[in-house]
Amino acid sequence: MEIDPFIFRLSIFILSIFIGYYVVWSVTPSLHTPLMSVTNAISSVIIVGAIIAGLAGDSDSIFNTSSIFGFLAISLAAINIFGGFLVTQRMLAMYKKKKKDK
Amino acid sequence: MISANLSAVFYLISGVLFILALRGLSSPETSRQGNFFGILGMIIAITVTFLSIGNFSNGFIVVLIFLLIGGLIGAFIAYKIPMTAMPELVAGFHSLVGLAAVFVAISAFLNPEAFNLGSPGNIKLGSLIEMSIGAAVGAITFSGSIIAFLKLQGIMSGSPITFKGQHPLNALILISIVILTYLLCSTQSSNLFWILLAVSFLIGFLLIIPIGGADMPVVISMLNSYSGWAAAGIGFTLENTALIITGALVGSSGAILSYIMCKGMNRSFFNVILGGFGATEQSGNSQSKEQRPVKSGNADDAAFLMKNASSVIIVPGYGMAVAQAQHALREMVDTLKKNDIKVSYAIHPVAGRMPGHMNVLLAEANVPYDEVFELEEINNDFANADVAFVIGANDVTNPVAKTDPQSPIYGMPVLDVEKCKSVLFVKRSLSPGYAGIDNDLFYKENTLMLFADAKKMTEDITKNL
Repeated sequence: MEIDPFIFRLSIFILSIFIGYYVVWSVTPSLHTPLMSVTNAISSVIIVGAIIAGLAGDSDSIFNTSSIFGFLAISLAAINIFGGFLVTQRMLAMYKKKKKDK
Repeated sequence: MISANLSAVFYLISGVLFILALRGLSSPETSRQGNFFGILGMIIAITVTFLSIGNFSNGFIVVLIFLLIGGLIGAFIAYKIPMTAMPELVAGFHSLVGLAAVFVAISAFLNPEAFNLGSPGNIKLGSLIEMSIGAAVGAITFSGSIIAFLKLQGIMSGSPITFKGQHPLNALILISIVILTYLLCSTQSSNLFWILLAVSFLIGFLLIIPIGGADMPVVISMLNSYSGWAAAGIGFTLENTALIITGALVGSSGAILSYIMCKGMNRSFFNVILGGFGATEQSGNSQSKEQRPVKSGNADDAAFLMKNASSVIIVPGYGMAVAQAQHALREMVDTLKKNDIKVSYAIHPVAGRMPGHMNVLLAEANVPYDEVFELEEINNDFANADVAFVIGANDVTNPVAKTDPQSPIYGMPVLDVEKCKSVLFVKRSLSPGYAGIDNDLFYKENTLMLFADAKKMTEDITKNL
């Protein structure tokens, strides 16, 4: 009997939870705020679904209810992606070591 | 147009890059590279999506326009936002992830053919279950984060809002969500789908209103976790590896942060979630409060104490963020260092309104991160330090947590500030902190209270040094 592809996706999901568990425990506590903003940015990879939804309309009618929700989701996710990565970068740029020259 | 297999490989690559992005955060040196990996992963995921659809019609332009609008708004916010507003920003971002998940789920429900999920009214059962879970969790994330945002922004009162029958009501709604999901999957009725969304929005709202301001670190972490699970739910629907991996990463990340925050307060997750903390203790306490003598001083006294110290430990808290005192503080520390005084910073896990809040503010004020220490690293040093300078922190320094089993914060790990030779406590009044209990530290022999705004006091001390 063939294995349902769902089981493979479930395997990826469960293993990723474990990867997340070990990776996040190794994050230094002083970077917990950047951790939150960057997880925010990467979870907006949901934009992939939004793009598929937005492009689902045929060429005569780009706008239908379904694709409009897709377009809106694209903007929401894009706010997060740009905002999340840029604000993380801004924060990380501030973390400096003690100057050695004293 | 590229094949489904090839695009799946690319989605896997971007999932791996996201793992590396989080991995980079294990130290500040590798963190910037990590962020770059994250951006790269995102670019790959988006590009591959376009290529796999291969439909470069008019719709493509519209997609780009919406992408650009969102991107510009996001970039604008990222550059304009002050660092003190980071908790609000993160809560706001969570709400957007939640709402995006809801929108994608709606879109997939209305037009399942676009996602190969069947036809309207006849969606594959597995996909419908995944979609409903993604949509419900997304809706909870959205409305919960909105409340968290309003509370952090001060638009809504930060104190817990409780009413009779709150918990039974919430339990009832949660059960109804499960039943609705079941009915929706057996009937495919679109009405049920909308009701499910409405009820999920409602429960997100109800779950967060009873949780008070200083419990926000747990709430934000929890909503972070939810946004991950919502993304994973949608990832299963779309059969997209990048989204499944990311959802799992973010979900476990938020869960771990919630756990760390709960441990920092010695409270169980359920105790925080059920809410109402700090609202009940206050009334009983105000009656029994006796007038105890405190020593108060001015900037001159504080400067004198510090000038004669050889080591100073600074304990920042939420009050420092409110007063925006981090830059003034750094200037004070610079002056101290010029006088060969050793200065370090002690950060409690739940100081501030989100995990790592204080560290970001100190980093903003150019404090080197190797002068900033966590509770376990520095707690033994208080006994050898001359002066502890408490600025904007309160409950996390309360020695009652170690001595009085009756206290609501008993057992919470606290900074051993009272072991210092002298304690300078910057505070506007003697009012109790979030937990609603008196801080014994105020009345200790070696404590000098500095009643003033944190920023102004710090500036005055610098002048007197």
